Amino acid sequence: MPLLDLQHCTVRFGGLTAVSALDLQIGAHDLIGLIGPNGAGKTTVFNIITGVYRPTSGSIAFDGRPIGGAKPNVIAGRGIARTFQNIRLFATLNVFDNVRAAFNLRCKHGLAHALWRTPAFYREEENIERQVMELLDIFDLGRHRATLCSSLSYGDQRRLEIVRALATKPKLLLLDEPAAGMNPTEKEALTRLIRQIKDRFDIAVLLVEHDMKVVMSICERICVLDHGTKIAEGNPNAIRRDPKVIEAYLGEAPANV
Amino acid sequence: MNYRHIKKFALLAAIILSAVVSHFSGGWNQYHLLIIITIGINIVLAVSLNLINGYTGQFSLGHAGFMAIGAYVSAYLSTEYGANFLRLFGGHAGALAIALLFLGVLILGGIAAAVAGLIVGVPSLRLKGDYLAIVTLGFGEIIRVIIQNTDAVGGARGYSGIANYTTLFWTFALAAVTIYVVVSLIDSTYGRGFLTVRDDEIAAEAVGINTTRYKVVAFVLGAFFAGIAGGLYAHINNSINPQGFDFQVSILIVTMVILGGMGSTPGVVLAAVVLTLLPEFLRWFAKSDLLDWLVRHAYQFLSPEHFAVAAAKTKELFESRMILFSILLIALMLLRPQGLFGALPRRKASR
Repeated sequence: MPLLDLQHCTVRFGGLTAVSALDLQIGAHDLIGLIGPNGAGKTTVFNIITGVYRPTSGSIAFDGRPIGGAKPNVIAGRGIARTFQNIRLFATLNVFDNVRAAFNLRCKHGLAHALWRTPAFYREEENIERQVMELLDIFDLGRHRATLCSSLSYGDQRRLEIVRALATKPKLLLLDEPAAGMNPTEKEALTRLIRQIKDRFDIAVLLVEHDMKVVMSICERICVLDHGTKIAEGNPNAIRRDPKVIEAYLGEAPANV
Repeated sequence: MNYRHIKKFALLAAIILSAVVSHFSGGWNQYHLLIIITIGINIVLAVSLNLINGYTGQFSLGHAGFMAIGAYVSAYLSTEYGANFLRLFGGHAGALAIALLFLGVLILGGIAAAVAGLIVGVPSLRLKGDYLAIVTLGFGEIIRVIIQNTDAVGGARGYSGIANYTTLFWTFALAAVTIYVVVSLIDSTYGRGFLTVRDDEIAAEAVGINTTRYKVVAFVLGAFFAGIAGGLYAHINNSINPQGFDFQVSILIVTMVILGGMGSTPGVVLAAVVLTLLPEFLRWFAKSDLLDWLVRHAYQFLSPEHFAVAAAKTKELFESRMILFSILLIALMLLRPQGLFGALPRRKASR
């Protein structure tokens, strides 16, 4: 049984069909790329998976249970984490707190404990701090723990956003154009990073990306969207040669992608 | 003493200090004492509003409304039922009985305000920014108008005959409690959630934070302490009337929060002190010899007839102290837009 199962998902905004009858299955250990020209509906797919939009019709199941209509924070709790196309960090919080915020989900203490400051509260806070630092150290951000996230470099901000998503302990990680705005060196580092995440955390990854080099080099399977419809799905080599994909990207004349 | 307990220790120390200072405040000038107590009440108001406006980023203009609810509920309870309650202690109303009564009515006033906060909060928190500000402003005015038309609490004439229970001790002990609650709340993984709601709601939800719930908690808690402040205010002024809770009061509290620096508790406390003292200082300054002396020296190069005009005009300016108050505020906002203690970087205009 796939981890994430989209069945005939359609999203309409008024007269515009952003996604039409999409079927997409992601297994628990897959690394799947979602590509397509501008306006193909990639981000909309992310938004229905994470609960920002509800599909107009069709069903979404995650881990065997339907998630249609659940709120984004509930879906995050079920084990789907995401990053954003335009980085969305908590601008006034430092690096440590940005990641700590993601532990809110699992935080057992609430208002009363925070006010009463019981020993259990301190134990939990210490536990969270240890886990945050562990994560930051894995991604080489530990030395920036007290830095305001807006003063990090672009690449580090991207990385921090991924770390924050991982801190929710997801089963599925959605990355929305992580390579956008990166130079070739940063892109290579990102490719390594995604592989590393896959190996280390053993989670499923769905990647939306414009950069073909990144997608082709790391994805095991690629799904191509055009005008909201899935036009091809397969391994990178098959996709590279698929005439429909070439047409969608380059127009009619076949060329080397 | 473990460093962990430093907050509780500071709270305890502040409460004891309030008690000690209060004990010796008997002989103080009543006018000065009133100003000091007003400072304490304003600290409670500003720090609690800072939880809503500063930390959670929900721009509320209805704090005076919550304050009014707390003031009227506690004043009504202590005036109508206070005597019965004290009779339970056998005729002689000891200090402890009065303390119990006062704390009880304050808390009930706070709870009433918190319930109002919940009722207003749940539907209106779907709104953002300016729209929320307008709805909360409207709410504050509605409360005022309802009170104005409620005969049981005197309507527009106001409600009088309220016992003078508010002391320096109660005011500053409760100010300390308010500060403790807000500071220790924010300093926790749970409390950091408030800041994430302010910084980026979409990202907050994406990491599993229930933003609606945080907003409601901020509103309810903020309203509770505004209600407490209202109770303190009612029991220092023999009578209260609806005009005392109009939207200018809300604006003044918002000014304290902005001036102090959104989301900085020390800054907001300082701003509450400064903004309470400043009008009183200007009042004194306008009549002081110091102003005479300054005017004499500043205009000494003028001819006698010009001097007389300039001196009179200057004094006139200082007598209309609210104008000067506004000018000072504008100057402060120009010089320090992030507030006195504002640690926040300036927000992008687009958000």
